[in-house]
Amino acid sequence: MKKMCEKIFDKKHISRTISYLVVIAGFIIIQLMMNTVGIKSLFRSLLVPTCCYIVAALSLNLVVGVSGELSLGHSGFMSVGAFVGIIISGLLEPYLAINWLRLLIAMFVGGLVAGIVGLFISVPVLKLQGDYLAIVTLAFCQIIKSLLNNIYLGVANNGLHFSFIQNKVVLSNGGRMLLSGPMGATATTRIATFTAGFLLILFSLLIIYNLTYSRFGRTIMAARDNRIAAESVGIHIRNTKMLAFVISAILAGMSGALFGLNYSTLQPAKFDFNLSILILVYVVLGGLGNMTGTIFATIILYVLPELLRGLQDYRILIYSIILILIMLVTNNQNLKEKVETLIMKIKTRFLKKGSAAND
Amino acid sequence: MKKFITLLLVSLLALSTLAGCNNGGKKDEPKTIKIGASGPLTGGAAIYGQAVKNGAMLAIAEINAKNGLQLDFKMEDDEADSTKADTAYDVLLDWGMQVSLFTVTSGAGTGVAPRYDEDHIFALTPSGSATTLVYSDTKVYETTFQMCFSDPNQGVGAADYIKDHNLGTKVAIIYKSDCVYSTGIMQKFVARADEIGLEIVFQGAFDDSSATDFTTQLQGAKAAGADLLFLPIYYEPASSILKQASDMGYAPIFFGVDGMDGILTMKGFDTSLAEGVYLLTPFAADATDDLTVHFVTEYQKAYGEIPNQFAADAYDAVYALYKALVAGNVTYDMNAKTIADIMIAQFTTMTFDGVTGTNVTWSANGEVSKAPKAVVITNGVYVNAE
Repeated sequence: MKKMCEKIFDKKHISRTISYLVVIAGFIIIQLMMNTVGIKSLFRSLLVPTCCYIVAALSLNLVVGVSGELSLGHSGFMSVGAFVGIIISGLLEPYLAINWLRLLIAMFVGGLVAGIVGLFISVPVLKLQGDYLAIVTLAFCQIIKSLLNNIYLGVANNGLHFSFIQNKVVLSNGGRMLLSGPMGATATTRIATFTAGFLLILFSLLIIYNLTYSRFGRTIMAARDNRIAAESVGIHIRNTKMLAFVISAILAGMSGALFGLNYSTLQPAKFDFNLSILILVYVVLGGLGNMTGTIFATIILYVLPELLRGLQDYRILIYSIILILIMLVTNNQNLKEKVETLIMKIKTRFLKKGSAAND
Repeated sequence: MKKFITLLLVSLLALSTLAGCNNGGKKDEPKTIKIGASGPLTGGAAIYGQAVKNGAMLAIAEINAKNGLQLDFKMEDDEADSTKADTAYDVLLDWGMQVSLFTVTSGAGTGVAPRYDEDHIFALTPSGSATTLVYSDTKVYETTFQMCFSDPNQGVGAADYIKDHNLGTKVAIIYKSDCVYSTGIMQKFVARADEIGLEIVFQGAFDDSSATDFTTQLQGAKAAGADLLFLPIYYEPASSILKQASDMGYAPIFFGVDGMDGILTMKGFDTSLAEGVYLLTPFAADATDDLTVHFVTEYQKAYGEIPNQFAADAYDAVYALYKALVAGNVTYDMNAKTIADIMIAQFTTMTFDGVTGTNVTWSANGEVSKAPKAVVITNGVYVNAE
């Protein structure tokens, strides 16, 4: 146990420790607030989706930041995970009354199926690079959406009923539709919890950090930084990237399953190209390869439009302007240097011992 | 480590904004009934949300001017998205909503209907027409009611109207495959057409990502020899279809349902293209009964445009709520659950006369019963097609 703790909280990788601490602290604070002063229902309803988007953004950061491939199909994996999760949960409902266990199974299977889909996709996709890869993943996202838009699936006493394109499902008494084409899943039992979201974030961080800090992570980064040099020392580029891609798909699938089970209705059209871009925005703002940054960026950008509700009709306009400003400011070298010198000044003033300060 | 502590402090500060306000002291005596609503105030379906907002505000201003029961109204943006509607619902809960105008669109309403049912808050949607707003496969939502007629009724009504009036013999349909509303009507229309022997020669689908170019579908309809094009879709794609059909010289009879409403007020749309378009709507602004005349003049005075069906539905919905609130002797201090019980009892027994229909009644599962009317666009205004 002690050894494990030392491994996770090792001094060499301080950013990892910070990530864990931030997430755990955030969870404890919100839990405390819920049990004492209480939080507005608006924010309570944002907790689970925020967790889902954080995990989706973290997993995308693995592909974009660590592995260096631009993928625009991430919402496709979320979509697969979400609908598989909803189906699994719906099927198990009559037999398994324990909600958290059902959620766990749904998330697990959702992640697994998304991973398998990711594996299939990665074979043709990872033969490409750069812009081409981005476009192919974009197309993949569209394919998933179109497929799900045409699937009709119902369950009744006499088993599962499935039809494609035209809804020919006729259910006997007591049957219910799990997926009905473009209307998606209606009447899902909401079983997602904030605790599950928190645990999923921790789980993703654990996977992503342990992957990036392993020998394997170094090969991924080597492949990213210099493909030819990496190949020359015997790294199998495609397999390396494939593993990162599949793990990313699994995590996105799990976050999708949690997302799907947080709403009573979910339409396949929700997981469109815009959502992929949104997740990419979180990653870019948070910093490529920077997991803590991604967590903060997701929280800020997801909650911001809700905080701006007071502005009524100008809400989306102001949000877009703020987004542009944030991107400009965080990307401004001048400003960065000024902030850094300011921090240095503060450090030297308050810490007389000087450069002993870490980070 | 300093960086970490700074981060922690900042996040603590940020979190403090999340805290709910617990009014420690005595609350002020409420002096209004709080009516909540959510709808698309931004995005592709914003005309509907705005129309509903205008119609509802007009009715509320009139009611409050009577100095009787006072109403307070708050409408949140949901961008016609079911997950956003979920958040909007929470905002309304925080505000202290007692009765609701539910959502404007079907897709958004489907998502929050179970929540209204769970929390037992009475909700009357002005324009959410899908049946999934009032019942699901497994249960009837007790507290949700509709002011507009439901999608099955529209599909059946449209098919019957076309057949009875011999508008067309060969029908083509263009529908939006990823929209609850559009596919719902299309399916019922096709089923009804089958029953009454209306020939459907072509069905073309599109989705969100292909909602701008309809030449393929229009070519298909033209090639199949369709003389009537049924468009169970919202006005925005419909406007593109009308434009592109006119460009390629294809002029069948166009027949829309209530989603087509709003096409005349769309910015940048050449209204001459919509000449001769039929649409099924419960409301015609040219009707001469006192209620409609009053509503149309007041609406024009307030907003400078002729009200569409959404505004009319919202206007009626607020008056229906008001009628039930008064008849049920609802007081300001009642909580939402108590009010809901009273409202359900009222709505299942009362008869309502409004601008969108007379002798309107509601069934126990929340569906409205009133007759759809067909109007035809002539010289830029709706004219009763009868």
